[in-house]
Amino acid sequence: MIQALSGQLLLGLINGSFYALLSLGLAIIFGLLDVVNFAHGAQYMLGAFLAWMGLSYLGIGYWWALLLSPLVVGATGLVIERVFLRRLQGLDNLYGLLLTFGLALIIEGLFHHAFGNSGSPYPVPELLRGGFDLGFMYLPKYRAWVVVVSLAVSLGSWFVIEKTRLGAYLRAGTENPKLLQAFGVNVPVMFMLTYGFGVALAAFAGVMAAPIYQVTPMMGSSLIMVVFAVVVIGGMGSILGSIVTGIGVGLVEGLTKFIWPEAASVVVFLLMAIVLLVRPAGLFGRQK
Amino acid sequence: MTGRARRVWSGQAIFVAWATVVAVGIVAPFVVYPVFAMNVLVMALFASAFNLLLGYSGLLSFGHAAFLGSAAYVTGWAAKSWHLPVLVSMGAGVAVATVLGLLFGVLALRRSGIYFAMITLGLAQVVYFLVVQMPWTGGEDGLQGIPRGTFLGIDLGNSFAMYYFTYAVFLAAFWLIQRTIHSPFGQVLRAIRENEPRAISLGYDVQRYKLLAFVISASLAGLAGSLKAVALQFATLGDVAWQRSGEVVLMTLLGGMGTVLGPSVGALLVVTMENYLSSLGSWVTVITGTVFVVMVMAFRRGLVGEIKALFARRS
Repeated sequence: MIQALSGQLLLGLINGSFYALLSLGLAIIFGLLDVVNFAHGAQYMLGAFLAWMGLSYLGIGYWWALLLSPLVVGATGLVIERVFLRRLQGLDNLYGLLLTFGLALIIEGLFHHAFGNSGSPYPVPELLRGGFDLGFMYLPKYRAWVVVVSLAVSLGSWFVIEKTRLGAYLRAGTENPKLLQAFGVNVPVMFMLTYGFGVALAAFAGVMAAPIYQVTPMMGSSLIMVVFAVVVIGGMGSILGSIVTGIGVGLVEGLTKFIWPEAASVVVFLLMAIVLLVRPAGLFGRQK
Repeated sequence: MTGRARRVWSGQAIFVAWATVVAVGIVAPFVVYPVFAMNVLVMALFASAFNLLLGYSGLLSFGHAAFLGSAAYVTGWAAKSWHLPVLVSMGAGVAVATVLGLLFGVLALRRSGIYFAMITLGLAQVVYFLVVQMPWTGGEDGLQGIPRGTFLGIDLGNSFAMYYFTYAVFLAAFWLIQRTIHSPFGQVLRAIRENEPRAISLGYDVQRYKLLAFVISASLAGLAGSLKAVALQFATLGDVAWQRSGEVVLMTLLGGMGTVLGPSVGALLVVTMENYLSSLGSWVTVITGTVFVVMVMAFRRGLVGEIKALFARRS
């Protein structure tokens, strides 16, 4: 009983860590560029696949993948911003959504064509195999690692954005990009780097997820919908808000899986409906 | 162009649009397979209903598959298991879609813009999961072999009879959408799309107008779903899945949002593409995505919109 409950809660905590990483990236991109990055799920999948391909074809291990895969995906993000998103600035922001939706279809279609529907397992790195016996439950080392690292990366991002000079530029750009440019900051480059960073976060989450879930071409598209709901629940106003909401939603999902498994796939969306009724701006959002 | 000339021009345009639709529709089943033509009509109706929302109210819903799909399932079930007459089963489907539309609308309209799209997407996922889990929907197989029944003594089992029935329903709905767009209600919707604060300060209850537009769009999407269940005789998970919601966005974007004929043209192109390229498998997804990117980057007005702009520049 306790074991089953804590098992589900741990799974919820892990899912929640991924929600936090992904919604954080979405919130940073949306804050500055005013674009909802529909390709976020596809880029998460891309991160996982690059790690898997690196291991299968080139023998590049987990630790290098954790560094290289976000860099590569982040670089493609720079190109996407430069070639596509920059030209859509000043238009209705639904075009950004439609564009990134199209990009997501292209990426997922290509991988689906190349690798089919079935998943490929990715081995847990040697150093993190095994686990701890906590008495009431067994905690695999890798899962503990995922939770700790996701939290560290999320909180690190929060620190950089809220407490450093670079973050101050970013926040200023979110408030008023034109004014910031007038002060001599190269705003277009900042837009590009911000999109690249948000996307790299998604790829990082993808590499982290590879040993836990199967690596499949569609692993991002189901996740992204939950992450959107997380964003609606938390509101994209605050960075810390998206982290807290991400983990909270993961835990609620885990708890539901224990109490009423059939409802686990919809509970996030029901939560979203309730939050909309009670606090339309989201738990941490500001109503504009 | 003077105001009067423009009015005459737009009157002509509407006449030409109608004449084209009617002529093409009557000849169609003799040129292509009736089932293919029905599929196009159903999707054209779906896209036109969607366009009422996106093109004329500026609201991007990413959950319209929920209305199409739920209506298709309810109609299919009513016709198959309860053996209800075709119009009654279709009415049941539309009723369910309308209620869902009201529910979605009340929730999603609490936020606007980008959030609206994400909320409708999430709510549609709930409908999808419900359809997956409910025992009567047939799971992965969906509902197969839905009977077409008879209408005014005519056996709809005949493909030509079914086609003209579908076509009649399509024309009626198309006319209704036309009337809605050009009614004072439609004008207010456009005023809201152009400048919401202005519409509010003029004293319009913006939320109510948006909600009504959303519900009308949902029930017409439901009508498309009911028609699909009867005409094609099946309802599957594909009808409630988010890919279907993306598809209707594509049709509208491709044909031209905010144009009368655009969504139908888009539906024709997308259904044709899916039909003839289905052997290519996942390449269809890649092509779909590419079309999205090309349209957004280069042809935001869509095919019909670009052609209209070309003519407007000439005259």
